[in-house]
Amino acid sequence: MSTKLAKIEKRTAYLLILPSVLLVFSIILFPIFSNIWISFKNVELKDLRIPEPRAKKLVKSIKDNPNQIKIIYKLRNSSLTQEITSVKFKDKYPDNIEPINLNNKCQFKSNLLKCELGNWPKKYRENLEIVFQNNNNQEISKKELKSYKPKLSGKSQNILLTYEFTLNNFKKVIKDKAFIDLLSTTFYYTFFGTIGAIVFGILAAQMVNQNFFGRTFMRSVLLFPYVAPVVALAYTWELLLDPTSGTLNNLLINYQIIDGPINLLGQKYVTLNILGFDFKLRLALTTVIIFEIWRYFPLAFLFILARLQAVPKELYEAADVDGANPIQKFLNITLPQILAVISILFMIRFIWNFNKFEDIFLLTGGASGTRTLPINVYQQGFSIGDIGMGSAVSIVIVVFLLIFMFIYFKLLGKRADEN
Amino acid sequence: MKIKNIFTYCFISSLFLFSLICIWKILVTLQGIELTNFNFNKLFIFGIILCAINLLIGKKLNLNIKITILALLFSIFDYFISINLPIWYSIGIFLISLFFFNNIKNYDRSFLSKNHSSQKLFFNFLTLFGITLFSFVILFPFYMMLVTSFKTQALLLLNPLDFSINFTKGLPELFKSYFIVFKDYNFGRYMLTSTIVSLGTVIITLIFAIPAAYAVARLNFFGKNFLSTSILIIYLFPAIVLVIPLYTIFSQLGLRNSIEGLLIVYTATTLPVAIYMLQGYFKSIPKELEEAGIIDGQNWLGIIFKIILPLSLPAISSVALYVFMIAWNEFLFSLMFLDRPNTFTLSRAIQFLNVGAETPRQYLMAGSVVVTLPILIIFVYFEKYLVSGLTAGSVKG
Repeated sequence: MSTKLAKIEKRTAYLLILPSVLLVFSIILFPIFSNIWISFKNVELKDLRIPEPRAKKLVKSIKDNPNQIKIIYKLRNSSLTQEITSVKFKDKYPDNIEPINLNNKCQFKSNLLKCELGNWPKKYRENLEIVFQNNNNQEISKKELKSYKPKLSGKSQNILLTYEFTLNNFKKVIKDKAFIDLLSTTFYYTFFGTIGAIVFGILAAQMVNQNFFGRTFMRSVLLFPYVAPVVALAYTWELLLDPTSGTLNNLLINYQIIDGPINLLGQKYVTLNILGFDFKLRLALTTVIIFEIWRYFPLAFLFILARLQAVPKELYEAADVDGANPIQKFLNITLPQILAVISILFMIRFIWNFNKFEDIFLLTGGASGTRTLPINVYQQGFSIGDIGMGSAVSIVIVVFLLIFMFIYFKLLGKRADEN
Repeated sequence: MKIKNIFTYCFISSLFLFSLICIWKILVTLQGIELTNFNFNKLFIFGIILCAINLLIGKKLNLNIKITILALLFSIFDYFISINLPIWYSIGIFLISLFFFNNIKNYDRSFLSKNHSSQKLFFNFLTLFGITLFSFVILFPFYMMLVTSFKTQALLLLNPLDFSINFTKGLPELFKSYFIVFKDYNFGRYMLTSTIVSLGTVIITLIFAIPAAYAVARLNFFGKNFLSTSILIIYLFPAIVLVIPLYTIFSQLGLRNSIEGLLIVYTATTLPVAIYMLQGYFKSIPKELEEAGIIDGQNWLGIIFKIILPLSLPAISSVALYVFMIAWNEFLFSLMFLDRPNTFTLSRAIQFLNVGAETPRQYLMAGSVVVTLPILIIFVYFEKYLVSGLTAGSVKG
């Protein structure tokens, strides 16, 4: 009896999870695997359009002969690059007419014309002319003739399904001189974005963890940048930082802090002189990182605040008795308590900043030294139109991602063991 | 009482007062009023003097009288060193200094003779200043978005620092950009599409996720552990690695430029987190309730609908709000899949406005307000639910 129940339970469970598993498999897992397939192929954006046989139907009356009518089909292969094989043609006609000059490719049977048009090479064009005669002296209605649309079908090779593979994409990705630059930009962006978000998250959480008027309101306000749509925020920042009419530049010039406008999003490097040494700071990248920090520190804040509120008050009271100063209290009590949260946050944010696309894309489009790996996927695949290359870059991202996830789950496992 | 402590007290307090005044001055500048100098030296030294006076007076005067006198002194001093400023500017200075002197009331002589008093002082001020600065930095872009949408192109170019709202011309003039955005740029349609897509995603996700989450939380089956860990792993994969294959597949299936295509993708990408959040909650519901349901002769469907669902409404609302937020804010897929204006979502439409023809910025910002406002209203109104959703779903973002 119990085994029967267990069987029913199992069957129900599979029934309940099946729709979700199927959907996630087809939309997430299958594409990740097909990335591998595409990355070994030489596919371009224009190859994605499936070649179609097309026909345009023209109806023409013949001079001095109202009993006959000529129909011209302008046939063509829609693809400029691929051949279509065994093209079939089908069209329907009114009851009272039949063709008189049918060639051997075509057959006419009970108002239906069927033709086997063979193979069409790329850019193929042909005119098919057929003359029809009415068999009961009634006038042929042009309108009725035109109302039927010809149907064509053909086989074409789908470039995605062929078995031709190439290693060129990966060769190009790795041999590219900009690849090292691409990687270093990505890591620079990811690392500083993550650290900055966590540092500001700790600061904000420390502030909000004290009692003051308007605390709950403050907590909501701090989450605004995380909740609002990235498109709106990015464009607002773009206006804010605009070199000529942007608020920030005008404000700084107004208070005589800078002499002339700085193009914060369009300038690759800025030279800073600190203690007699010249530093080259990547300006646009830094600006993008600041936007990133601004947008994502609320998340770190939320987590750290939740953890801070769980720290026992007794610890601080004991420290007060011992005469510890605020810095010592922070370093010896608060920091060890939030360290676990910080390390997990660091890993999560690191993985996500590594894959961040929208923010950079909307702010700079990857120009002035802000091209990261995800931006490169888009540029290769859609700006240049080389789908294969885009996929190859995606694979590079996935490989890095798997390494990070391995570390993350190791860390998570270790934390779980400790607790 | 140590001399060093008194000195640091005066120094830090005055610096804090000056920083508050700076933020106020920047705000005033952004109202289009000409103000080009912070007057650091004068204000800072006068602040130090006032702090010292405050310490000297101590408790000899009534607190309210004391802080009013000090604040008045400070604002009169500021009034004389700055020229031609409106009266509300000075009132602001007065209120800020009132707030400041009220805040330093606890730092009397006995406090300053304690251990670590200067550090405590420093951190207290840092917190206050931090809260002010953070609110300013966070809210300013939103404020700018709103005010820019109320302006005209000419006004924006005339004085880029003028962020005052002019109510005198009447509301129709003020909301002109919004009328244009909805009438000429078709934002009503985009808003409808966004709403349909977001609500649709929420409904379909819940229909798929609730049974699956129930199975993962309650039923025993082969591969259960594997499934629950893979949910998290799948969730960590970013959209950017899915984009190219989905684009190729959707192009060939003719699913691009269709709401159905977007719905499928959004549902699939939010499904893992929905299942993850829901199963965690389902596990916390006592098993006895379901056993009672089984004894009453309910089948699985009955248990889910009559016992689990009513009990987990808070969790379901969190998931629903979180999924709605993701779908409403989503940009990458809508950029990839939609290139005909009649299928645009709001995010895609705003990007199209910016990239396409030279769209005046007040229209761009009006569009941005249209896409931002609903989500912020939902967030403020349902904050409790959405915050728990954000926390649980925070692996992504």
